[in-house]
Amino acid sequence: MRRTDILKTASISAYVIFILFSFAVGFAPGREIGRIFKTFSVDMFRVLPCAFILIGLFEVWVKKETVEKHFGERSGLRGYLWAVLLAGTTVGGLYVAFPVAYSLYNKGAKLSVIFTYVGASAICRVPMTIFEASFLGMKFSLIRLFVSIPLVILSSIWLGNYLEKRGYRILPGK
Amino acid sequence: MYFLYVVTGLAVLVSFIVDYRKTFRAFEIAVKKFVKILPAFLTMLVLVSIVLFLVPDRVISEYLGTGNKFIAVLFASFFGSITLMPGFIAFPLSGILLKKGVLYMVLSAFTTTLMMVGILTYPIEKAYFGTRATIIRNMLSLAIALVVALMTGIFFREIF
Repeated sequence: MRRTDILKTASISAYVIFILFSFAVGFAPGREIGRIFKTFSVDMFRVLPCAFILIGLFEVWVKKETVEKHFGERSGLRGYLWAVLLAGTTVGGLYVAFPVAYSLYNKGAKLSVIFTYVGASAICRVPMTIFEASFLGMKFSLIRLFVSIPLVILSSIWLGNYLEKRGYRILPGK
Repeated sequence: MYFLYVVTGLAVLVSFIVDYRKTFRAFEIAVKKFVKILPAFLTMLVLVSIVLFLVPDRVISEYLGTGNKFIAVLFASFFGSITLMPGFIAFPLSGILLKKGVLYMVLSAFTTTLMMVGILTYPIEKAYFGTRATIIRNMLSLAIALVVALMTGIFFREIF
């Protein structure tokens, strides 16, 4: 084990012991932290198994050429459009978008397209936007979408080019 | 949520009927990928629980509603960046704050950074894309959120 791994394992163990101890002796802050941990874990683990099964199916069924054609170097503007549309159907949040983007990249999508996908899946997931509009109004959501989507695409193009120039490579095998 | 289960179930069913071997391989890949990223997820959940304990809703509401509106926007983007909330908590909270008189542009900065800037998701993002790309993407997202907040302020006639 590397030093950082040891450190990580030690801090996670300390955290677990702290939470268990807090519940045992009724230490309120520790119990509150444990409660938040549980709420968020339940929320995430309701989505993650499905997300990873879909990623698995994507890996075995979708051909590399198909991804290259629609999301790759020669996809042009359509690549960004697909990325935004795909993002609209993404559930969960950034934590689901990262593994999906990673699989897309390994199948031949270009960097600027996957960063567009990540950014767009943060801001324009359809169910979330409807929910948002019901609390803050349609006008609010529309302004947010119309201002942020072009900026997400432009900044992703810049980021993709910048990283490519530096010879950036995403490590395979995650 | 049910929609996700239905779609996944149907996808697995169709895949299984067409080629059950491939479907098993898909499951294998899913499990392997999931197990590999699990430590990063646990790290994130630990961070989330500690940060949300230190910065509860009450504190966020207090800072978003007070003082100079530009400072409120900065506070909002700060809290939005360092915390993580699912939409079913964040938007009702924003709705309540709106009724209390918090400006649209402040809520815009808060919700947009909440969604786009992930200091707590850093362990996961780094595991997939590396440190450099993660830091730059988050900084760009923060800048985008501030522009969105500014435009929201203009359209709702809260500034200029």
